[in-house]
Amino acid sequence: MSRDERALSAVPAWVHAVLVAALAVQIGVRLARPGGAPAASDLPAAPPAAALRLASFDEPEAAARLAMLYLQAFDLGGANRLPYRELDYRRLVGWLRAVLELDPRSEYPLFSAARVYAEVPDPQRSRIMLEFIYEEFLRDPNRRWPWLAHATLIAKHRLHDLPLALRYAKAIDSRVTTPSLPLWAKQMQIFILEDMDELDAAKIMLGGLLESGAIRDPNEARFLEHRLEELAQRLGGKAVK
Amino acid sequence: MPTATLVRLALLEARRGGLAWLALAGVALSVALAAFLSQVAITESRSLQTAVVGALLRAAAVFLVASHVIASIRRELDDKRLEMMLALPLSRTRQYLGRLAGYAASAACLSAAFALPLLLWARAPAVAAWAISLACETALVAAIALFFGLTLAHFVPAFAATAGMYLLARMMPTIQLIAAGPLAEPSPLQDAARASVEVVALLLPGLDAATRTGWLVYGPPTAAAYASALAGLLVYGALVVAAGLFDFHRRSL
Repeated sequence: MSRDERALSAVPAWVHAVLVAALAVQIGVRLARPGGAPAASDLPAAPPAAALRLASFDEPEAAARLAMLYLQAFDLGGANRLPYRELDYRRLVGWLRAVLELDPRSEYPLFSAARVYAEVPDPQRSRIMLEFIYEEFLRDPNRRWPWLAHATLIAKHRLHDLPLALRYAKAIDSRVTTPSLPLWAKQMQIFILEDMDELDAAKIMLGGLLESGAIRDPNEARFLEHRLEELAQRLGGKAVK
Repeated sequence: MPTATLVRLALLEARRGGLAWLALAGVALSVALAAFLSQVAITESRSLQTAVVGALLRAAAVFLVASHVIASIRRELDDKRLEMMLALPLSRTRQYLGRLAGYAASAACLSAAFALPLLLWARAPAVAAWAISLACETALVAAIALFFGLTLAHFVPAFAATAGMYLLARMMPTIQLIAAGPLAEPSPLQDAARASVEVVALLLPGLDAATRTGWLVYGPPTAAAYASALAGLLVYGALVVAAGLFDFHRRSL
């Protein structure tokens, strides 16, 4: 593209100066702005799914996933000693529910609920998340059973609530009708009643999920392997004590 | 073959106007953004990339086609080239349809180019369904942009009308859903608002059923749903073309 241009010297010196000064001020203003991840208390109330759909100009699949990325930025790896300690779990559940309503086939909200938000060292928050997973499981048991299976393990090993774990295990057995349900998931009640430690149970479940091809995403596989390593380290530490 | 000449001219103008470079930039930016987002995703990274790239490229295609068509037709009007063309022994209908065919051909090329990067994450049948639907959708946008470009006197109002109509059509099912919400208090005002929304919806194309990102993420639609979506675009396309021809024949140029 050719243009008829005059030499740079044709531009008055004060215009050069204003341009450079304006650029410097712009960069300075941007640098002065406080950055960093948003605090947990900044999480607003969840908008209705219809509002999210409207805001995304009817692109629910993209909007659901972007909303999950937005959500996971709150209180993620901040300065908190306990993760998600400050997060309002009622609001969080509202967001997860809205995202699921936006794209019911997305696995992201239930994955985050089971593997991230339910694993907090706070029984009350963990229970809120487990109940959310259970309610959403009932809406589509054949697709959502893996998250309830994980919720069952959390109920037994983290909350030490055997009746709750058995309730979830029974729900998997009675509600899931897909023939692809693996035997270990179908017999989860036995698995729960056995005197098995959390690491062994998690290994059986993760191994089963990987074998059945339920985990295809490399990020997800990496994340779960990392969680398993953390669990092994944590339980190993306890055994030494 | 004067119509073919008009098509060739429109394609030539698109190439010389830098539409290809803009398309390439759009692809590069959306792929880069999706790659960045997939790094922070803890699951569904592949479907996240597919959904984000699909949604961005659809919006980019519509924006590029609408601005290209309006800029092109406004330039013809402002430079008095359209008047010169009308002096040729070629009917107004052929002039109008020839131009529109050229813009639709540019839109089809753009849709094909935008579909290629999606093959990285989505299956070929889903991408093919998406690309064909995008070509039809952008051809419809070209028809709407041509109509407003000829009808309204300047670029900004024409572009605003095209973009407004497109966005309203995309949002209309959600607006209808909100209007019919069970929590809304029944009142004459509410009933009137709901009825007006329904009437406006009748006058807009069914863009919500076309070029779905869900096809790329979860697989192509059923043949019946796909045919219905494309038929809706074709019917509305015929309406816009008819309105455009009506206006073009009445204009004193």
